[in-house]
Amino acid sequence: MIEASNLTKRYPGGLEAVKDVSFQINAGQMVLITGHSGAGKTTLVKLIATIERPTSGSLVVNGQNLSALGRSAMPHIRRHFGLVFQDQKLLFDRNALDNVLLPLQIAGQPRREAIRRALAALDKVGLLAREKANPIALSGGEQQRLAIARAVVNRPTVLLADEPTGNLDAESGAAILEIFADFNRVGVTVVVATHDQSWIERYHPNVLRLDHGRVVE
Amino acid sequence: MNAWFSHHRAALASAFRRLWATPLNTLLSLLVIGIALTLPAFGYVALDNLRDLGRNASGVQQITLFMSLEASKKDVGEIENRLRQVASGKWRFVPKEEALKRMQASEGMAEIVASLPRNPLPDAFVVEPANTEPEALEIMRKEIAGWPKVAHVQLDSAWVKRFDAFLRLGKLALWMLAGLFGAGLVAVTFNTIRLQVMAQSAEIEVARMIGATDAFIRRPFYYFGALQGALGGLAAAALVLGALRMLAGPVGELAVLYGGSFSLKSPGALQVLALTVVGAFLGWLGAQLSVSLSLRKFD
Repeated sequence: MIEASNLTKRYPGGLEAVKDVSFQINAGQMVLITGHSGAGKTTLVKLIATIERPTSGSLVVNGQNLSALGRSAMPHIRRHFGLVFQDQKLLFDRNALDNVLLPLQIAGQPRREAIRRALAALDKVGLLAREKANPIALSGGEQQRLAIARAVVNRPTVLLADEPTGNLDAESGAAILEIFADFNRVGVTVVVATHDQSWIERYHPNVLRLDHGRVVE
Repeated sequence: MNAWFSHHRAALASAFRRLWATPLNTLLSLLVIGIALTLPAFGYVALDNLRDLGRNASGVQQITLFMSLEASKKDVGEIENRLRQVASGKWRFVPKEEALKRMQASEGMAEIVASLPRNPLPDAFVVEPANTEPEALEIMRKEIAGWPKVAHVQLDSAWVKRFDAFLRLGKLALWMLAGLFGAGLVAVTFNTIRLQVMAQSAEIEVARMIGATDAFIRRPFYYFGALQGALGGLAAAALVLGALRMLAGPVGELAVLYGGSFSLKSPGALQVLALTVVGAFLGWLGAQLSVSLSLRKFD
């Protein structure tokens, strides 16, 4: 499903955020990328999501070598992933439903079908009643659930998240963990970068531990 | 195909929403674009009317053919035949007797004409060709001058050439003006779109990360630029038509004072459409330049 070989990312200025990383993630797995702050978790998530391009090495997703693909192919590859960020990256000039509609608009879904799917996604994360609410009026946990609804609405094969519970209290964080686990149970591959150890205790996922950009476990 | 239509419909709807969302800004932008397009458009209409005025001015675009004094009726008939064949337009014969009568009727000429031993005036033809281009008139003048028993052919070619040169100069100035104001329109759209890209940077960043293509991101801005330009073009057309309506009365009165009649010609539906299309194109161009530069920071 996802296979990285000798993946390295060097930023301008010489900082090597990810060094010679190799791993394999199979379809339907739940994988946790852990490590201390600055270990390279976010960079690795961005590399998998094709937001960043590796300096060297190869990354194969669903049989496609992403390193060999041109810039114009990247948007279509990104649609295989559902992305959830620590800061959610919600759009505050539109309501919850319109936020969830964005990936479907990008995919060119007819409006009626898009609305049906967006409402279903909001329902899955327990926000159907807040469809008209502006994200700014939602709590931190609700905002994160809205971000998850946006990430899954396009039925991605991989759900990728970067510190999705980082800004949440324990209760909201646990609710978010449960939503990710639910998606994993129905076959969605879940890759989460986090330093929240409760994930490991509750779900026993595969763990990819990073230290100074290298895989140590 | 459905996705393609869906994307374009959404982009167009988004462009309309953006125009509607800030009515005052939209109104001011349309006014600026409208005025920028009004000046060259009005210049074009004014030149068009001036050309008509010049071409229709009595006596200006005529060729007068004077027969030689010894020309017989048969010679006159021959010239009539030739004119029938070559001259598209109007022509009329002025017999020498009629010319003499007109001269006698002129103030102070009656006694002079009476003292003449015989009619010194020749038979003549006054030709008003359909094609009044200076070159065409000159070719016709030369051809007529070569016909038998034609003593002299008179064409006020210097006036026609001067008038035509003036129109050419006016047209050139108009093109320069149009270029200048067109660049202004592009600049206005460029800046509006640049500000929009800045205001929507969060949306653009998110959209790119979740799989939006460059075309998806650019399309609403292109539609916005083209729409704003097209509406500016329509505003310019309305301003030109309004100005012509206001000028029609005074121009008509002035023409009557000069013993003629003249009514201003307004731009037709095709010209209004052309102005709208030009506005839309310039707006799209401004948007294209702005989006290309502004989106670089997201790469």
